[in-house]
Amino acid sequence: MLPIVLASSTDQGGFAPPTIDQTHLPDILPWMAEYGTGFGKQMLMIILSVILIAAFFMLAMRNAQLKPGKVQWLAESGYAFVRNGIGRDIIGEREFKAWVPLLFGIFFFVLLNNLFGAIPFLQLPSFSHAGSAYAMALIVYVIWIGVGVRRNGPKYFKLAVVPSGVPGWILPLLVPLEIISNFIVRPLTHSLRLMATMLSGHMIVMLAGSGAQFLIMETGNLALQGTGVLVILGSVAMYFLELLIMFLQAFVFTLLTAIYIQGAIAANDH
Amino acid sequence: MIRSELILAAAEEGHSANPLIPNWWEVLVTAVGFAVLMFLVIKYIAPALEKAYQDRYAAIEGGLEKAEKAQAEANALKADYEQQQQEGYAEANRIREEARAEGAQILADARQKASSEAARIVEQAHAQIAAERVQAEASLRNDVGALATTLAGRIVGESLEDDARSQRVVDRFLEDLDRSEAVGHGFHGSTAAGAAE
Repeated sequence: MLPIVLASSTDQGGFAPPTIDQTHLPDILPWMAEYGTGFGKQMLMIILSVILIAAFFMLAMRNAQLKPGKVQWLAESGYAFVRNGIGRDIIGEREFKAWVPLLFGIFFFVLLNNLFGAIPFLQLPSFSHAGSAYAMALIVYVIWIGVGVRRNGPKYFKLAVVPSGVPGWILPLLVPLEIISNFIVRPLTHSLRLMATMLSGHMIVMLAGSGAQFLIMETGNLALQGTGVLVILGSVAMYFLELLIMFLQAFVFTLLTAIYIQGAIAANDH
Repeated sequence: MIRSELILAAAEEGHSANPLIPNWWEVLVTAVGFAVLMFLVIKYIAPALEKAYQDRYAAIEGGLEKAEKAQAEANALKADYEQQQQEGYAEANRIREEARAEGAQILADARQKASSEAARIVEQAHAQIAAERVQAEASLRNDVGALATTLAGRIVGESLEDDARSQRVVDRFLEDLDRSEAVGHGFHGSTAAGAAE
């Protein structure tokens, strides 16, 4: 409904929907410099997230009691969720403990940066910028390949791309597919899934905001102003959907990390 | 519509509007920021959380174990107590039973003793009465003879000291008396009346 109303209004008043460029605010250092030339808001939020996560968990666990307070309980619950729900369930009882810190760090790093998109004034999910998503996917990519090689030696690459129990004549077809799927597509989907969902959520917020503003303030038509109110109401529902997606994407990103690592550890088992 | 705008914008400005092209500074900041975070997590946060988790797990596990042990102890104690109670009941029953038997025994003994004592007393009394009667009879027999003789002597006015005759009379009288006594019961009274006359 929103696009239709906006499209009809475009003919009359010239509504300009927000563009990707508008997600790229001018940089902070140097002040108001063109995006990409200096230190920007997105980078500030990445740093802020590191500080907030570290501060929260360190303060929560500073005077750890056996009978936890609310903050400590929250911190421990978050830890147990990643530890058992992702680490132990995916990587397995025998190996998971060494990987819990990494999964824990990734989950809360991605989660908080996603939630920034739902916090007024901050309102920028860091991972809607491809650079951050690439960085995280690259780190995970390097780690799971490194684990695979360390566990299985150089023949890990053979284990990873040559499926066992497959007739020999089909291998020329399968091996290139496996190479593409495991070593090229995997990091791309890992990063783009996160980036695209966050960017689209961010775009929807921007679109709903500017659309409602345009409909209510600039059309001067009572019916269209009414639809503007509807847009605001709809954006509230979208907000909660976004919250869910933010959590879900952090979970999925961490879950996939665990799955990749588990695959590298157990490459020899299948 | 957005796409056409996008393409337009990209075409107009010709830079960085493509969301797939990263800002390399952001890549760097994210990588470094995450590295710093991981350093803190590995060095401080994860160990503290893991320790808390293990402590809690141990506490819960230990608590459960302790509770189980306490439960077992309580059960054993209860069984013990119940057994003791059972034994106590049995003991009490036994003692009560014994006391009842003993009481009955004592009662029976006493009763027997009393009845034998009574029998003995009655026996004794009978014997005494019989002896006294024999004695009384003997003394009566003598006295009645002498009395009757004296009386008869006074009546006939002469001495009936003539032994041979008076002795015969007395003996005959006493024989009659004996005979009548053997026949009827009211002999004593009539004799006494006769003697009084």
